[in-house]
Amino acid sequence: MLEVKNLHAKIGDKEILKGIDLVINDGETHAIMGPNGSGKSTLSAVLVGNPLYEVTEGEAWFNGKNLLEMKPEDRAHEGLFLSFQYPVEIPGVSMTNFMKAAINEKRKYQGLEPMNAAEFLKLQREKRKIVELDSKLANRSVNEGFSGGEKKRNEIFQMAMLEPKLSILDETDSGLDVDAMRIVAEGVNKLQTPETSCIVITHYDRLLEMIRPQFVHVLYKGRIVKTGGPELAKQIQEHGYDWIKEEIGEE
Amino acid sequence: MGSEQQYIDLYEQAREMIFSHAPGTMNTVRDEAFEDFRRQGFPSKKVERYKYTDTQKLFAPDYGVNLNRFEIPVDPYQAFRCDVPNLSTSLYFVVNDAFYNKQLPQAHLPEGVIVGSFRENPHFIEKYYSQLAKTSEDAVTALNTMLAQDGLLVYVPKNVKVDRAIQVINILKAPSKFPQQGALMVNRRVLIVLEEGAEIKMLFCDHAADDRYFLATQVIEAFVGENASLDLYCLEETHYKNVRVSNVYIDQQDNSRVNHNVITLHNGITRNKLDLTFSGPGAECGCYGCVIADKEQHIDNNTLISHKAPHCTSNELYKYVLDDKAVGAFAGRVLVEHGAQKTASQMTNQNLTATKEARMYTQPMLEIYADDVKCAHGSTVGQLNDAALFYMRQRGISLDEAKLLLQNAFINEVIDHMQLTPLRDRLHHLVEKRFRGELNKCEGCKLCK
Repeated sequence: MLEVKNLHAKIGDKEILKGIDLVINDGETHAIMGPNGSGKSTLSAVLVGNPLYEVTEGEAWFNGKNLLEMKPEDRAHEGLFLSFQYPVEIPGVSMTNFMKAAINEKRKYQGLEPMNAAEFLKLQREKRKIVELDSKLANRSVNEGFSGGEKKRNEIFQMAMLEPKLSILDETDSGLDVDAMRIVAEGVNKLQTPETSCIVITHYDRLLEMIRPQFVHVLYKGRIVKTGGPELAKQIQEHGYDWIKEEIGEE
Repeated sequence: MGSEQQYIDLYEQAREMIFSHAPGTMNTVRDEAFEDFRRQGFPSKKVERYKYTDTQKLFAPDYGVNLNRFEIPVDPYQAFRCDVPNLSTSLYFVVNDAFYNKQLPQAHLPEGVIVGSFRENPHFIEKYYSQLAKTSEDAVTALNTMLAQDGLLVYVPKNVKVDRAIQVINILKAPSKFPQQGALMVNRRVLIVLEEGAEIKMLFCDHAADDRYFLATQVIEAFVGENASLDLYCLEETHYKNVRVSNVYIDQQDNSRVNHNVITLHNGITRNKLDLTFSGPGAECGCYGCVIADKEQHIDNNTLISHKAPHCTSNELYKYVLDDKAVGAFAGRVLVEHGAQKTASQMTNQNLTATKEARMYTQPMLEIYADDVKCAHGSTVGQLNDAALFYMRQRGISLDEAKLLLQNAFINEVIDHMQLTPLRDRLHHLVEKRFRGELNKCEGCKLCK
């Protein structure tokens, strides 16, 4: 699915990623943890092609295609999805028009005809149920006036609509109460298939107890310094990151 | 200085001809207008209200003026067939500056309502003509008053409500023998009189039927009586060889309502001035402007809202999207005079500049001489939100499409204020086409075809 080799990236003059290596196979769920400022969000931003970041070295391959040479929209069409840590409000663009544009551009990319209105509405209705999203939100502007929880559920709703191959959830659990977190986690689980993969970026193992990754990576100072199974998340929850820093020879 | 001389010479030489082809009322103020014009000359950019548009330059070319009132061979009903869904208007045409009366629409007008030329209705214009449009205060108004030879009268008697919108299509067309490289000037004049309790919706569409250089001056005077309601739309869809200098004067009596909407989709150089005065208490106005410009288009909206009476409300919202090397200007002034207590006024101008070369000049002004009022004004100039653009791209929406959605959203806020629903829907569609570049030049009435 995804193969990242020695990836370096910077924002402005500040180098943030200093050589990331990561392989994700079909059907796998990986968690990425790490202290604040270690580069977790940068990694997700670089993978989806945020123009604020510049890749200085390394490679990223997505289902055999060179990810770094593709425009952000084409990466999306190929099946890459990011659930934003801070979903953006877009006043004046309704959720429905936004989703319709996204779906139809993807269909165009795949050489398909645009979806007709009835089909689209039906799809929207079905997918909304997955995250228990209020139908009233469809007529509102994208994320405008949404509560924190609604914004995050709206991200998963979009993921359900677009059916990506690889989803990156960037701190989707932050700011959620326990019920909302359960809804989001169940939504993500329902969308997983043996052909799809997921990267979960989080600070807490609560979400990981529900989403259950096979692999847990610790990102620190722009590198993956430790990889383990779900038990690693538990250890971090209990002991923090100091012991890992010691392991790699830091104070 | 200099551009005015040719008009002074023209007037002195052709005075008799001008007089002989115009109704008496228009002639009674003509010499005075000429003196006012000669005294003022065209304003330089040092004149505050003409700061953003160089009128000297606009009027410098040697324009032909049809002072002999030769008929322009065009059948507008052939050229412009209106089929806007649900926008069933009473359709009239003004060809250059002459009211087209060969074939009038099947009259749906209520009794007593007049839509016709000055020439045919001289006694109706006597009391109102050139009362609001002061020739001593504006050189372009003076020039228009000294050269205009006919005009369009819209009269609605007391308590009459005209349900069906009146649509006037201003067509610019050169006479067949007019030299190909020649430039033509037209001087349009409109008088709208709404008696007490009258209601009307008016839509003016500007089109150029020829690929020629045109300069159109326009003076609209609107008297809005007590409890009367005027919904006015001015839509310009011309082309880059067009210059439009429009001065609109509106007087509002007690508890009257006015919506003034000005939409510029395609143009060359445009200057729209609006002078609106609250003469009676309890009146309301909404002034909405929407501008989409690219290439080297130039659009200058200049407004003055005078609160002379208490308890009046004014709302202004102007939005511009400027691409390429387009230049936009908005100068709005709200004047709250002594005694105009309980005034509520809001003025907003927001602008998007899509390139580094596009320029926007914005100047919101508030001048308050009363102490119990609620007034606000503000303006912004900026670019599309990068975070929003990226968010959309991550969802698979291409950069161009994402820009389009954001620009549309930006402009739609103005359009959504417009009351004439079918027009609003049509405008949403036109604006989207415009942003997609599918509306490249005036090919007849986009509203009507």
